[in-house]
Formats: sequence, C-alpha cells, structure tokens
Amino acid sequence: MRSAPPAQSKVNMQDTQLQLGGRAFSSRLIVGTGKYKDFAETRAALDASGAEIVTVAVRRVNITDRTKENLLDFLDPKRHVVLPNTAGCFTAEEAIRTCRLAREAGGGDMVKLEVIGDPKTLFPDVAATIEGAKVLVKEGFKVLPYITDDPVACLRLAEIGCIAVMPLAAPIGSGLGIRNPHNIAIIVEQAKVPVIVDAGVGTASDAAEAMELGCDGVLMNTAIAGAKDPIAMARAMRLGIEAGRLAFLAGRIERRLYANASSPMTGLIG
Amino acid sequence: MVEASLAITITLNGEPYALDGDASVAALVEKLKMRPTRIAVEVNREVIPKAKYAETILHPGDSVEIINFVGGG
Repeated sequence: MRSAPPAQSKVNMQDTQLQLGGRAFSSRLIVGTGKYKDFAETRAALDASGAEIVTVAVRRVNITDRTKENLLDFLDPKRHVVLPNTAGCFTAEEAIRTCRLAREAGGGDMVKLEVIGDPKTLFPDVAATIEGAKVLVKEGFKVLPYITDDPVACLRLAEIGCIAVMPLAAPIGSGLGIRNPHNIAIIVEQAKVPVIVDAGVGTASDAAEAMELGCDGVLMNTAIAGAKDPIAMARAMRLGIEAGRLAFLAGRIERRLYANASSPMTGLIG
Repeated sequence: MVEASLAITITLNGEPYALDGDASVAALVEKLKMRPTRIAVEVNREVIPKAKYAETILHPGDSVEIINFVGGG
C-alpha cells in the first residue's frame, strides 16, 4: 500500500508564456503567413500552430484588381497580433520607411526589422540593421531584429533598445536547422532580452533544439508553409516547441562518452 | 466658386494615374474602394495619418504609395 504522496515536478508544465514588448503570449511559436496555397490554408495552419504572433509583409495594394481577398480577414483580431516585417529591404532607410507605413496601416508598434545584405543568402546587413534599429527605437517602435547568429551583433542590438534579438538558425527558407548551436547558446547566455530563433528551421526537431538551447521562441514560415501538409506540420512545430521548452526547464543529463547502466549492477542472479 | 474639375496625373504605386474632381487623399481612397483601416498612404515619401486624408490635396506629379499587409515571413 502506498503512503507517500505522489512525486511532483518543480517545473511549471504550463510554462509557455513568452514575454514580449510588455505583453505575455501563451505561445512561443511565431509564424509567417507567406507561401500558403490560399488564405484558408494559412488560417488552418495558424490555428494548428497555436501561434499568436504572426508576421506579415508590407506591399503595394493591387490598384487594378480590388476583388482580391485580404489576409487580415483571415486573422482573428482577438487572438492574433500582427508583426509586420521589412522583408525585401536592402537599406536601413527603406526598412524605416516600411515600418512607418506598417504602423499607419494598423500594425502596432512591434516590427520585425530585416535589412538584407545579399540576395542569394538573404543574410542580414548587420551594420544597416543596427543603424535602422537605432532610428526605429527612437521613434517608439518595439524592434525585433532578424540578425546573423553573431553574439556581438545581438549584444549591440539589445543595448540600443531592441525588445528581442532574432538570430537566424540557417538561411531563410533553407530548412538546414541550427547550423551553429554554440553561437545560439552564447547569445542566450548573454541575452538581456528574449532570444527568438528566426529562419532556417526545417522540421519539429529543429524547433525543439532551439528551445532546448534556452531560446525564448522560434519564428518560422517556410518550414510550415512548404511542408507537404502544412497544417500537420504546424501542429508538429507547436509540439516541438513545447517539448523543447519543457526539456530545457527540466534540465537535460550531461553528455558522456561511456555507458552508464540504467539497471542496478548489484543483486544479479548467480 | 467653381470646383476645379481639370484632370491631373499623379503617380500611384509606380504607375501614372488620372484624378479628376476632388483630388484629396480621402477621395482617392474612396474611389479605389479601400478600407482606410487596412491601408497606409504615403505622399512624396511622407506618411499621411488617416485623420488628414480629407485635408491632404494631391497635386500633379505627386508620388503616392498605398500599401497593405500581405502574407510574409
């Protein structure tokens, strides 16, 4: 007969809250809205992902065809927070201009700052990103910069007032996973702001790995939208994020070279 | 006083665009059947707050950008 109370975990199993820009989000997964077959699929994937923060791009309206559906009609204004990006900008000036327009279009104060330095790799222009972030922070934006997995660049961006840093795992859309987990670990260790891995994850284990490294969240688009079944992958990513977060909080075992038996070595039958 | 009815040409999202009659930003947005809450308007690289659409009058050669949100990552 049992007399001891059941053992309990000290880890908060419901810990999925991401603190960002003075708000608490119940999902640590941030998803993009590009590359889906249609808006219905976008919405179904968003629902399966559980994401609350969704990125959008800023583009010219279609003047000639006004019948086109609007992405915002497929978002839930009560649940989804729109995070406009500056994708396609190659200079700080263009990115700043895009953010100002995004805010006027109802995008709020949070912006994903993305200043691309090279069209082939889509790696960020670090100097221009820092330059743009300085101006945007002064203008009251809550800046989330997409940046190289460079611990020093991340430090500088946090120092100038960015509310998070978003180092890439690998090139945008590449699905290569976390190419430099050691740099991500250093960025996490030094960080005074949330660290969100942005770009490059390919599957759920990549998202879990980012969380196991101690990141606060993961932002992805292609890994979900480009999967054979985006809706199923959206749920896989949600579970990967939760599993990785919990594993981080639980504290993994040390890696060791040799075996360490799980069964007692005493009391063996003779 | 007679309302100006001469057509003027502006550049709208990179293309020539003819306006006649009321040349305010508000009239342009209405003519294009756009919901002001979903867009942002820039005239000659300056963002126009929604409250100023009615009083902002476009002039020949003005460069107007109207943007909205689309899917992106």
